[in-house]
Amino acid sequence: MPHSAGQPHDPSPAFENGTEWLRGDGPASDVVMSSRVRLARNLAGLPFVHRAGAADRVHVLDLVRAQVLKAGLCEKIMWANLHELGSAERSLLVERHLISKQHAKGKPASHPGSVLAPGPAPAGIPDDPRGVAVGLPGERLSIMVNEEDHLRIQVIRSGLALDEGWAEIDQIDDKIEAGLDYAFSQRFGYLTACPTNVGTGLRMSVMLHLPGLKLTGDIEKAKRAAQDMNLAVRGFYGEGSDAAGDFYQFSNQTTLGKSEKVILQDLQQEIVPQIIEYERVARRTLQSKRATALEDQVYRAYGTLTHARLLTTEEAMQMLSHVRLGVVLGLIKHVEQRLVNQLMLLIQPAHLQRVLSREMDQEQRRVARASLLRAKLAG
Amino acid sequence: MKCDHCDNEATVREVTMKNGARIERHLCEQCAQQHGIGVQPQVSIDELIGKYVLPHVLGQAAPQTPKGNSCPTCRMGYAEFKQGGLLGCPDCYKTFENQLAPLIERAHEGATHHIGKGPRRRGGGPSPQASLTAQLQERAARLRAIRKQLDEAVKAEQYEKAARLRDELRKLDEANPA
Repeated sequence: MPHSAGQPHDPSPAFENGTEWLRGDGPASDVVMSSRVRLARNLAGLPFVHRAGAADRVHVLDLVRAQVLKAGLCEKIMWANLHELGSAERSLLVERHLISKQHAKGKPASHPGSVLAPGPAPAGIPDDPRGVAVGLPGERLSIMVNEEDHLRIQVIRSGLALDEGWAEIDQIDDKIEAGLDYAFSQRFGYLTACPTNVGTGLRMSVMLHLPGLKLTGDIEKAKRAAQDMNLAVRGFYGEGSDAAGDFYQFSNQTTLGKSEKVILQDLQQEIVPQIIEYERVARRTLQSKRATALEDQVYRAYGTLTHARLLTTEEAMQMLSHVRLGVVLGLIKHVEQRLVNQLMLLIQPAHLQRVLSREMDQEQRRVARASLLRAKLAG
Repeated sequence: MKCDHCDNEATVREVTMKNGARIERHLCEQCAQQHGIGVQPQVSIDELIGKYVLPHVLGQAAPQTPKGNSCPTCRMGYAEFKQGGLLGCPDCYKTFENQLAPLIERAHEGATHHIGKGPRRRGGGPSPQASLTAQLQERAARLRAIRKQLDEAVKAEQYEKAARLRDELRKLDEANPA
């Protein structure tokens, strides 16, 4: 049952405008959609999640929930036990980037008891106990409990704001740690289930909108350059997802041997500004050398969104991407960037069904998606 | 084809280069062994089944790792980690430290030790002096790691990457805090 500092709370609060990262402002928001900072943490003396029995996982869940609800992390905290939520609610949280797909799906414990003290498990414990805490208002903070690590803390900001994100998560991490004993070693730093996250446990990523590079055909070059600089490049919904609507997530790959400050400086001041500049150059080139082709792409997309009767998520995302480019470049003047960002969320399957408050099959969703976009974008 | 040295059927072909010329010899198994060319003796089916198949089927396979090589806290074996990629508990880092160290170094661009934040409850809040020392240590560690990557990039003829690493080295040198 979801809680807000002890009180029940709807797990999808203010879902149309509550998400700060969709605001569409913040530094370099012509290219940077959002910045995300994540810390992986585990509790000392307990097995990592995949090795933990159901009883161990319940224990972790109880310890973390108690601390998160009393630590004063945000104005309000919404807590949800994911094993008690329906799949529609869980999808809603995935689409809002508050939990990973993996966390929505869950993975049943291999045995009911505890690795450390084997024996019969208490009666009635859930199959895959796991949860999420979401900071309100704004949904900037979310804490996944019992994903790959005991805690995955993340802060999301609008635009290029990794520095603000780091300042916020650093404090939150301290407040949580004040009541919990983290697994830590002098040599390897914060200990994580996968050795690729060990050290700072810190992953910083930016969601970049790169339609210009896509249209000039230089996107692969930019991706390779980023990979050369040891960045990972992923799609709109993280690991294993496609680059829907020309959105790409860039993040640091290594977490050991560099302090949080250095990881931050490298990304925010060196690497990301370079990619932003590539994109801006690509957009300027398109405007000066291929203006008609560019305008055609933008208005064709706008025409589709304002007239189509059937739209898949993929097509709608691609068209919204081109419209967003048109808005940023001043080709489309009466649509706000913020609205385009919001639509990218509202057309996702779970949100669409929530907005229209009914369950729909794929075909019905295509109709509903097209009609929602027509209504919202009609000048 | 017959063996170059006797009338037996040739089953081994040896090709060598001498002064730019290609020399090919065809030998039977016996002559090949006499000439010091190793031929893998065939494994009989019985041996194969007895040695490799049955123990696995019967669950008696010899342990891949010595018995002591599993974590005393969570009882996870190293082989299991190799398979799944995830460790069993925080203590695994101590249990498997020697095996993990090179692996972690490779995954983290040559880094071997943590630099940065630590839990405050364990005195992780650094004093100003400690933080200066940490900065110097960090710089030294980064220099080492970048130099190593640079060597590798040059060896692999990745010149663009090498150029970028050289720039990074130069920048670190300029930012010398001393």
